[in-house]
Amino acid sequence: MSDTLVNVTDLNVHFGTSHVLQDVSVSLGTGRTVGVVGESGSGKSTLAKALVGVVPASGGEIWVDGLDVRLATRRELAQYRRRIQMIPQDPFSSLSPRRTIAQTLAEAIEPGRGRVRPYQDRIAHWLERVGLDASMMHRYPHEFSGGQRQRIAIARGLIIDPSFVIADEITSALDVSVQAQVLELLADIRESLGLTMMFISHNLAVVQHVSDDVVVLYRGVVVEAGPVAQIFSSPQHWYTKALLEADPGSPGFTLDAPAA
Amino acid sequence: MTEITAHAPAPVAARRRFRWNGTLVTGLAMFAAVILVAIIAPFFYADQAAELTGESSLGSVPGHPLGTDTLGRDMLARTLVATRTTVLMALAATALAAAIGVGFGIAVWLAPRRLRNLGLRLIEFFISYPGLLLAIIVAAILGQGAINAVIAVAAASIAGFARLTANLASGIAARQYVSTARLLGVPAHRIALRHVLPNMAEPMLIITAQAFAGALVEISGLSFVGLGTQAPYFDYGTLLADSLSKIMTNPILLVGPALAIVIVSMSALFIGDGLAAAANPRSNAKQSQLTLREGETSALSPADDDALLVADGVTVTHIESGRELVSDVSFTIRRGEIVGIVGESGSGKSLTASVASRLLADGLSASVRRLTLGDTDLTGKVPPAELASRIGLVYQDPGTALNPALTLGSQLSDVLRTRMGMNRREARRALLAAFKDVLMPDPEGRLRQNPHELSGGMNQRAMIASAMSVKPELLIADEPTTALDVTVQREVLTLINRLNTERGTAVLFISHDLGVVRRLCDRVLVMQRGQIVEQIDDMDNLTVERAAHPYTRQLLAATPSVRLEEDKA
Repeated sequence: MSDTLVNVTDLNVHFGTSHVLQDVSVSLGTGRTVGVVGESGSGKSTLAKALVGVVPASGGEIWVDGLDVRLATRRELAQYRRRIQMIPQDPFSSLSPRRTIAQTLAEAIEPGRGRVRPYQDRIAHWLERVGLDASMMHRYPHEFSGGQRQRIAIARGLIIDPSFVIADEITSALDVSVQAQVLELLADIRESLGLTMMFISHNLAVVQHVSDDVVVLYRGVVVEAGPVAQIFSSPQHWYTKALLEADPGSPGFTLDAPAA
Repeated sequence: MTEITAHAPAPVAARRRFRWNGTLVTGLAMFAAVILVAIIAPFFYADQAAELTGESSLGSVPGHPLGTDTLGRDMLARTLVATRTTVLMALAATALAAAIGVGFGIAVWLAPRRLRNLGLRLIEFFISYPGLLLAIIVAAILGQGAINAVIAVAAASIAGFARLTANLASGIAARQYVSTARLLGVPAHRIALRHVLPNMAEPMLIITAQAFAGALVEISGLSFVGLGTQAPYFDYGTLLADSLSKIMTNPILLVGPALAIVIVSMSALFIGDGLAAAANPRSNAKQSQLTLREGETSALSPADDDALLVADGVTVTHIESGRELVSDVSFTIRRGEIVGIVGESGSGKSLTASVASRLLADGLSASVRRLTLGDTDLTGKVPPAELASRIGLVYQDPGTALNPALTLGSQLSDVLRTRMGMNRREARRALLAAFKDVLMPDPEGRLRQNPHELSGGMNQRAMIASAMSVKPELLIADEPTTALDVTVQREVLTLINRLNTERGTAVLFISHDLGVVRRLCDRVLVMQRGQIVEQIDDMDNLTVERAAHPYTRQLLAATPSVRLEEDKA
């Protein structure tokens, strides 16, 4: 097994005439987590979608887990999507309101028939793994809080033991203390399972909390990339510096400066 | 502009609880009676309805309240007996239309793009065709007969079901659970059955009830013109046709079938309307109210008496469930002060602010011991113009607070024109000055632009400019930077801070971000479950070590903040 699980080189994505991603390169070793930060519209989510093969690339290469995603056949792509998982952002729209939690998780294990019974133990195990009670499996999503729903979404993403997980802004819809709990859970699972993950967020502090490496995207271009410690302590690019200074907790933050 | 919505405390379970209403109950009761008649009437009155008596063409006489037809058959009995045929035919037509329509709608949604567009155009074509006309054409082609009439009426209402299904399906398909299922490799037809269809049950039920009423009228219409039920069978339509020829000599004959059609179709329409009202929790919410509690001792010190905003004992209750969402919250804002309210969603921070701005959402009731802005008692009748000129509001998401179809200039000067009595030119000038105040680049150009042409930060700047254009004494900002990127957030916060310093405008700043609040506010109220658990007057005390209440400490500990190397050392 090669050490590099994800290797994106010079990826370009166009939507019509707009150039959404320009020569983006990201590489990620097995068991590591890369944080992708940037403002809305910087191309973070597009990068994730290109990785799962939903958005077609107009140039460059995407290799994930030994598969050339751009040149993969339909069949290969379908199999590939069983090995990678995307945890969606909004815990309120990511669970079908008319299906029980067990049914939702069973669908991940067995997309075709979605039977619950044969997988009951596995579902119970994963619910407990994400800090919920196994007896909750027959409840419907509306009986859960936002944080609990996001735990269920995480369980759905991990229950099929994926080799690569993409978490797209999974804590931005949550309250701070719930966010802290979910981040803690994620850190814990990451350690115990040796998860390889791409963590997308606009929140620098959150990214710093969970990532080994950081990629800073600005208008579809990677302006800076490297280990977390290095980027956060000595940012080189002006945009990274601006992002860091805009964090209300950072020493550089001030409200007295004239607005741009 | 939008009102402050009570999103947080609206209990999720209550939203899903079924809300019975008068219309629905009436409709169901009427429909149950109709079904009962349809089942039992033929057993008791079939003979009487078919019996040829010598007493033909009678008016309303004892024994024959609705008269008898030319063959001497009792009209009341005939009407009651005809209920079964008519209702069965309408039900069959509705079921057929629903099955085919929903199937077609789903098929259109599942089809590849080209085929889907073709399908959608086809649906639109049939939608634009009048239903009854289509039914008559189909029935004329198929020929006379009850079954043909059912098919014809079903054919006429298929398009309605198909369109609703296709529309709902494309809406549901945009939900994340569908895209996630797709990525998981769930086959498309399974997604349709498992996720799409179950989630459109509510609107489908509503349209089915309406379609039934329509089918009933159309079937009666076909029978009326002789294309439907043929003798010896009869339904409302044939009865109506028979009695119409006697309208001049024996008008009472019309009453039975006419009334029956009205009653049955109304029962279905009531059910439809009732279901629609039940599905929409807002439709039956009671209007919000604000009352004054007198004779209680104030929770505030006399020193706060001259503050700009005095809110004493704010309590908000959900009228229907009686649940207290905000309990006895008291605070003041002095002139020139920035006061923050922090707390998690559901803590009541937005509700508290909505009481202060007199914009409580429907279904909620509030009471206070005192609520004053300067010398004005806000619990009394305050002219909207005065309220609008003294309190400015900024909301979380400028994208939804602004109307995408109007230019910034026209929609933001609305307040100035309708509430402040300015004419168009004066309002524009005032707004332009406000845009310049918030350092909006190219203010004249911005006035002519639509919201989508501007970034979120620029739109929020415009919202603040509009709120400040009336020169309010108090600015209420409800999570104004939550939807913005960090660098833009900083600009907007800087702007609020500057307006506060330069103009002395007091600010009530609602946020869940303690990092932001610490940098911006003079004082902070920490809310949890509708109560103020801690008030911090010195921002230096807003740290894990110095905050007194465990909840404040928990919030602070959970607030993520960038750690730099020197901090770690």
